[in-house]
Amino acid sequence: MSDQTLLSLTQVGKTFSNGTVALQGMSMDIAQGSFVSLLGPSGCGKSTALKIIAGLGNMTTGTLNWPNAKVDRMGRPDHEISFVFQEPTLMLWATVFDNVWLPLRLKGIKKKAALTAVNEALEMVGLAAFSGSYPRELSGGMKMRVSIARALVTRPKLLLMDEPFAALDEITRSKLNDDLLTLWQQLNWTVIFVTHSVFESAYLSNRIVVMASRPGRVVADINVDAPYPRRGDDFRNSAEYNAYCSQTSLALHAAMQAGDHL
Amino acid sequence: MVEPVTPAPAPAPAPAPIILDPVEMRKARQARNERIGAWVLPIIVVVLSILAWDRFVVVNDIPHYIIPRPGRVLQALVESWDILMASLGATLILTFSALSIAIVGGVGLAILFAQSKWIEMSFYPYAVILQVTPIIAVAPLIFIWVDSTFVGLLICAWIVAFFPILSNTTLGLQSADHNLVDMMKLYGATRWQTLRFLRLPSALPYFLGGLKIAGGLSLIGAIVAEFVAGTGGAGSGLAFRILEASYRLNIPRMFAAILLISFTGILIFMFMTFLSWLFLHKWHESAIKRES
Repeated sequence: MSDQTLLSLTQVGKTFSNGTVALQGMSMDIAQGSFVSLLGPSGCGKSTALKIIAGLGNMTTGTLNWPNAKVDRMGRPDHEISFVFQEPTLMLWATVFDNVWLPLRLKGIKKKAALTAVNEALEMVGLAAFSGSYPRELSGGMKMRVSIARALVTRPKLLLMDEPFAALDEITRSKLNDDLLTLWQQLNWTVIFVTHSVFESAYLSNRIVVMASRPGRVVADINVDAPYPRRGDDFRNSAEYNAYCSQTSLALHAAMQAGDHL
Repeated sequence: MVEPVTPAPAPAPAPAPIILDPVEMRKARQARNERIGAWVLPIIVVVLSILAWDRFVVVNDIPHYIIPRPGRVLQALVESWDILMASLGATLILTFSALSIAIVGGVGLAILFAQSKWIEMSFYPYAVILQVTPIIAVAPLIFIWVDSTFVGLLICAWIVAFFPILSNTTLGLQSADHNLVDMMKLYGATRWQTLRFLRLPSALPYFLGGLKIAGGLSLIGAIVAEFVAGTGGAGSGLAFRILEASYRLNIPRMFAAILLISFTGILIFMFMTFLSWLFLHKWHESAIKRES
């Protein structure tokens, strides 16, 4: 654990009341500013781990530490955490502006005072012209952008994403991947990104944590040292990227077999 | 996210004539006919029914104290206009008072239920009992216990109207998106904030659906209660006029009073439908026109 560590999981386990072991002995340190993918088959506990980090679910065993932050009595750090779900999860009755304003509004920030921050967030995701629209008027990709704008309006230190682009088409998805990387470099976030796509994880992250299911656990930890910015087809066609993909793919296959004997 | 997404380009200034294939043309024609038919057909049916009613009475030589001719009903409506309007006013005051209390009580209780599963489990059975027990069976008791006739009437009409609002709003408050509930938690929202920003707006379509039913039911409740209170009390509502007219075999006036009640019911329904549209048309699926 160094002074660059944002959070640290030690032997974290989660057992549900029906006896299912969702997560077992998960230990890892997440460095400040890193882009970490949690990759694995469904049921490997990657979403459970994300919820525990977000403070939305508690763990059965183990500890979660924030070594470089003050924590309150609930164990939550004093900096902002944002969460992006698989669905855009927008309030359908509210305009794009009001949706993005919500996290600030909950802190008691009035519309006037939030104006700059909300418009800035919308500009970053390229939706400045749509602040008065309702979610139903937007495409799937645009709704996801609103969701990202809402996540970044609080200037979070840590962004948790739970298969955020899984429901989108390939073209929209790769565009959003590129935009996410750009924002990550601009804003100096730490991102933990849950996915079941080998290609997505190798393209985005500088570290891939491969997990197996039943019980959910970490089976491989791969560093992706390819430099940023990684943009578009140049990186996708590089030997380096393909090597990382096949390495990750092998680890995932091993993980699937490890889980299958039960 | 770096390149801004440009809004859809405005339509070209001089649109070229659209050339359609026969199937599309038939679809367009059909859509136009349906739009007109939705208004014209019901009117034609009503007019034909009134004509048939008139012919039926004349051909079979039915006396007016059994079934009056439509013209005679209209005549009764005009002749008894002042009396009927005063009665309609009394019934309307009762209806809307009952509906208002049903809204406040139903929504209030639903919010209370949403705060705690224990409260809901304890009290929901009573709401169901109130709903399933026929009001006509309980009303005489209420009139024995309550001194003021108006309060008695109000209680009866309220019991009938309040359940759909309570049950729909309760369901609506519980149907908030689970991920949004999680998000509220993540941002440290208070219980009140979650209610105000998430649960109440989520419940709005359900509440309005309940209101549409409750609007009609409060009128029915008011009329039934007036019937039970009967001529003995300080009855002056439309139900009282119907009872009075039936004792006097003034069947045309009975018809006129019934006509007014139906008309009021239709107006209430249309108003509630408009209210739903007003609150939902910008965002809710139910109020959005399909494009294809």
